[in-house]
Amino acid sequence: MKPVSGDRWRGVIERAWRPAALLVACLAIWHLITVTGLVEAYLVPSPGKTFDLLVDKWSYLWGHTWVTTYETILGFVIAGVLGVLMAVAMVYSRTIESTAYPILLFAQVIPKIAIAPLFVVWLGFGFEPKVIVAVLMAFFPVVISTVTGLKSVDTEMLELAATMGGGPVKTFVKIRFPAALPHLFAGLKVAVTLAVTGAVVGEFVGSNEGLGYVILQANGNMDTPMLFAGLIVISLVGILLFLLLDLAEQLMLPWHASRRGAAVTTLLAKGGS
Amino acid sequence: MSVTLGTTTSAVAIDDVSVRFQSKRTEVTAIQQVSLDVAPGEFVSIVGPSGCGKSTLLKLVSGLLKPSSGSVTLLGEEVRGPRHDIGFVFQRAALLEWRSARRNILLQAEMRGMNPAEAGKRADELIEMTGLSGFENALPHELSGGMQQRVALCRALLHQPRVLLMDEPFGALDALTREQMNVELHRVWRETGTTVLLVTHSIAESVYLANRVIVLTQRPAVVKEVIDVDLPSERDYSETMARPAFSSVTAHIRDLLGAVTGHD
Repeated sequence: MKPVSGDRWRGVIERAWRPAALLVACLAIWHLITVTGLVEAYLVPSPGKTFDLLVDKWSYLWGHTWVTTYETILGFVIAGVLGVLMAVAMVYSRTIESTAYPILLFAQVIPKIAIAPLFVVWLGFGFEPKVIVAVLMAFFPVVISTVTGLKSVDTEMLELAATMGGGPVKTFVKIRFPAALPHLFAGLKVAVTLAVTGAVVGEFVGSNEGLGYVILQANGNMDTPMLFAGLIVISLVGILLFLLLDLAEQLMLPWHASRRGAAVTTLLAKGGS
Repeated sequence: MSVTLGTTTSAVAIDDVSVRFQSKRTEVTAIQQVSLDVAPGEFVSIVGPSGCGKSTLLKLVSGLLKPSSGSVTLLGEEVRGPRHDIGFVFQRAALLEWRSARRNILLQAEMRGMNPAEAGKRADELIEMTGLSGFENALPHELSGGMQQRVALCRALLHQPRVLLMDEPFGALDALTREQMNVELHRVWRETGTTVLLVTHSIAESVYLANRVIVLTQRPAVVKEVIDVDLPSERDYSETMARPAFSSVTAHIRDLLGAVTGHD
């Protein structure tokens, strides 16, 4: 099933047409609903109107998009670093694992939207509470996937390392960590989409900028086109960050079985091969 | 074959070793009072019924496992923890998926902090010797099972260990590849002069390769018989198979193992 290089574009089309068709179908249904008057225009704006608004209010939206993206990335990076460190500590120390696990689970199941106001009380209306909510959302999947990855290493490989006498640090750097990367990336991809949600939730609770703020304002003004526009931009931010991670994974782990011609970015960019 | 090496005459000395595993309710004896001496440069095969503790024996020698009683001496020094002066080959090649064949071999050097230039030269020699030339830059998933096992063998030999431990290294290979690997391992052994301890399920393999074959019993494993293989040290595969000495030894081992292990 490998098209030769000359058929590259045909490969792209073959793989991309289904999702593209589904997207077009959704837009068409959306359009029909609004045109036929099935739903009042003030409840659901037409795709055309929403698109016009995206173009007209481009600079306004761009400023707020940047704020949300900044909070998301900061939260994601902090969650990534802390999550990996936490996972390493848990894998190497049974005591830390058994001590931290219940608290970790507690922090995960507690509804972030319920504790977000607390951070606003503590830290004010700046970017800090948003970043903290983003970190809280993104942290758990990173820890869980990294722990799974670090534990997935062959016992034989570790026994072999013991006979090679490299010590725990070399074993970690050369064997354990690289072997955990596929799992780590899976966790990071989930985490980055959750970080977007976290940042927006943080903005909902108390903020005067960011896409969460835009949506809240639009909601208050019954400005449904702006609300839809905000939703679309948030989704695009999430998708873009996800694809960036997918690309990073692609570049870093070309060896991994799940990457061989299966990645989202591979599907779209390479069209097979 | 008793060559004196330093203060000891054995490369590996297993002395009255027992291994007991504690499971939830019961205590299982895997190995019971096994004693075994392997001379330097000797090739010893260990055969026995499945699950009898053959692999456990290799783990004892490498120090990955401590005996419940008795002692293991490797190269004149009692084994108390993982030993670094051995090479180990498992049934599964256990290669790092993200490293090329050559870099997988060099993992040994990196872990040991060997001189990179010397290690590289040695790796190239081994690649040449095991017929991996042309596959140096291939990733493990691009290699056949036999090729992967050759990489594992090179990795185990890179630091020129005086003792090589092999745990059913060819068990996952098809019959033809296995024969080829047997021939190559025999040649490599002759060229390097390493002491080899090979655990195998194949009676033919055990006899073709070894100076001596140790036959173990069903768990708890005790040494049932030690068989000297009276074959010339240079062994052509088909010629060796055709020798009466070969058939009589394999038949004898098959009798010892009873119906538990079939011929493969």
